[in-house]
Amino acid sequence: MEIFGIPTALLGSQLLVGLINGSFYAILSLGLAIIFGLLNIINFCHGAQYMMGAFVAWIALTRFGINYWVALIGAPLIVGVVGVLIERLMLRRLYKLDHLYGLLLTFGLALIIEGIFRDQFGISGESYEVPEALTGGVNLGFMFLPIYRGWVIVASLIVCFGTWYMIERTKLGAYLRAGTENSQMVQALGINVPLLITFTYGYGVALAAFAGVLAAPIFQVNPLMGSNLIIVVFAVVVIGGMGSIMGSILTGLGLGLVEGMTKVFYPEASSVVVFVIMVIVLLVRPAGLFGKS
Amino acid sequence: MLSRKFTTTACAAALAALSFNAQAQISGGSVKIGVLTDLSGTYSDLAGSGAVLATRMAIDDFIANEKPNFKIEMVTADHQNKADIASNKAREWIERESVDTVTELVTTSTALAVMKVAKEKDRLVIMNGPAATPITNEQCNDVSIHYTYDTYALANGTAKAVTAQGGKNWFFLTADYAFGHALEKDSAAVVTANGGKVLGTVRHPFPGSDFSSFLLKAQASGAQVIGLANAGTDTTNAIKQAAEFGITPTQSLAGLLMFITDVHALGLKPTQGMFLTTGFYWDRNDETRAWSKRFFDKQKKMPTMVQAGQYSSIYNYLKAVKATGTDDTGKVMAMMKKTPINDFFAKNGKIRDDGRMVHDMFLVQVKKPADSKYPWDYYTIKATIPAAEAFQPLSQSRCPLIKK
Repeated sequence: MEIFGIPTALLGSQLLVGLINGSFYAILSLGLAIIFGLLNIINFCHGAQYMMGAFVAWIALTRFGINYWVALIGAPLIVGVVGVLIERLMLRRLYKLDHLYGLLLTFGLALIIEGIFRDQFGISGESYEVPEALTGGVNLGFMFLPIYRGWVIVASLIVCFGTWYMIERTKLGAYLRAGTENSQMVQALGINVPLLITFTYGYGVALAAFAGVLAAPIFQVNPLMGSNLIIVVFAVVVIGGMGSIMGSILTGLGLGLVEGMTKVFYPEASSVVVFVIMVIVLLVRPAGLFGKS
Repeated sequence: MLSRKFTTTACAAALAALSFNAQAQISGGSVKIGVLTDLSGTYSDLAGSGAVLATRMAIDDFIANEKPNFKIEMVTADHQNKADIASNKAREWIERESVDTVTELVTTSTALAVMKVAKEKDRLVIMNGPAATPITNEQCNDVSIHYTYDTYALANGTAKAVTAQGGKNWFFLTADYAFGHALEKDSAAVVTANGGKVLGTVRHPFPGSDFSSFLLKAQASGAQVIGLANAGTDTTNAIKQAAEFGITPTQSLAGLLMFITDVHALGLKPTQGMFLTTGFYWDRNDETRAWSKRFFDKQKKMPTMVQAGQYSSIYNYLKAVKATGTDDTGKVMAMMKKTPINDFFAKNGKIRDDGRMVHDMFLVQVKKPADSKYPWDYYTIKATIPAAEAFQPLSQSRCPLIKK
């Protein structure tokens, strides 16, 4: 059977691959959206933090023999602490200024971090093996799905919807949302808003690092792995609506699918299709698909 | 006594005049080499700082061995694999800093852009990193040398060997820019000429990171061989993901342009058994080992063919400057074309009128992990492809400088 001259089996497998890439977009754009929502900072070093997650996992495995499962929790914690330091020492001074300053600072940080890793590890990158328990694949009939890729979808959905639940349904989340709306009022009610902000940034950064660890066995772990991805992720956030939690998750997954389809029909355009959609969305709905104008 | 004194003085004066004369013909009294390469991007391991180091070694060795009476300077810049940055930098170097030779130039698009500037300003271009054949064909000019390798030689080595081994049906995964297109075209020609068939092609954006969609297409095509017409991290990611999706070993991969740094980055497990074509392998003989170990001591990595070629080309360029006593582009070029190249990199290498340096190439196979005895012991040399066969014959040249 064929649809538009493409066998359905191939179409199905491409959709699934699109969904896998969408999972990465979702985790990364979720982190960006949270940070922007509360801190009003456009975190341009998100890609570098994603890369750091992958490298921490790789270093942990090769130098200390620490396995994937420990790294999956440990690497986001370590990179998250680095994020907390960045927030405490640098970002904190910029909250009263225009967005642009935060963007410039984080962009500069991204260049420095990537430069350091490039100097230390070179550009060809390092290989991270798929963990023993997740090697091999299953034949779905229409495609051979590597178990690890299936795990990526599951893990990212758990983390994304877990985060959504925490922000939308728990007390901590309520404080967070209130802090976004009116931080002075929340502060007056006795909640430590600066601490909340630090925690939020650290959490957003940890999400990026988590995505990095997930990506390590799939891509070569290399210093530029984040910078190739981050621009697309920014487009995802813009399309979903800056600061919208569910919006960024759904948009991330959706755009992964759209990109996957483009790779089937016109691969040359696959790197620009997200931006074409961004332009259209900005023209028709400037606040983004899920944003409140 | 007086006459002897006179003779010595006269000789000294004559010598001084001679050397002054030689110096006068070197513009600004010094030869200035501009290394324009990828210092930060996807090709910075295969060229990059290693190419800068190779240039530095060539200059230092030349000064130590040949004791030239002119100064040699080196400037370096990162072209970020962008043609506009490369041509602007080259122009600035030539106009404001009197750079005599712009060199390295990995990424074909940057090379083609700089060749135009150099032709306009009558300066030399010596290319080691870029691969596409248009450099010495449609776009050729008389100020450019393409030294280390090209897509014709790669295709002629790897594609021929794989097709001859029974890999008749091919599918190409191609980087969507000048280099990828050229490599695909040259390889497809070799495949069909050897009785094979090309079942399909997919062109991926450069640089890419996730190749699974494209690989699934290649898988669905049923081709025996998936030809990777890309380079650097694109190739390594594609190889890694092909293994993940169970595409290899059912279908086999042919890395049409792979460097030793790629094999090193991936390890031998996913790359074992792959054929590839290279202009240089560090562990080939005592000469190559001796030079490579000096390089390794400084860079902590074994040299790629681009870096070895960079050393050889710069050393031979400086020899030509010394022999002619000038840095005049036309004269140096004529001398370089006239002089056979004999060093650890090439034996009896020759620079043809189209700018192509022809030398032996090597078809190698990546070793199994068990067969690799020491660090960087990666290749078995399967065949030496003689210079005359390795590169496109002049009879097929599309370069206007070649009169047929």
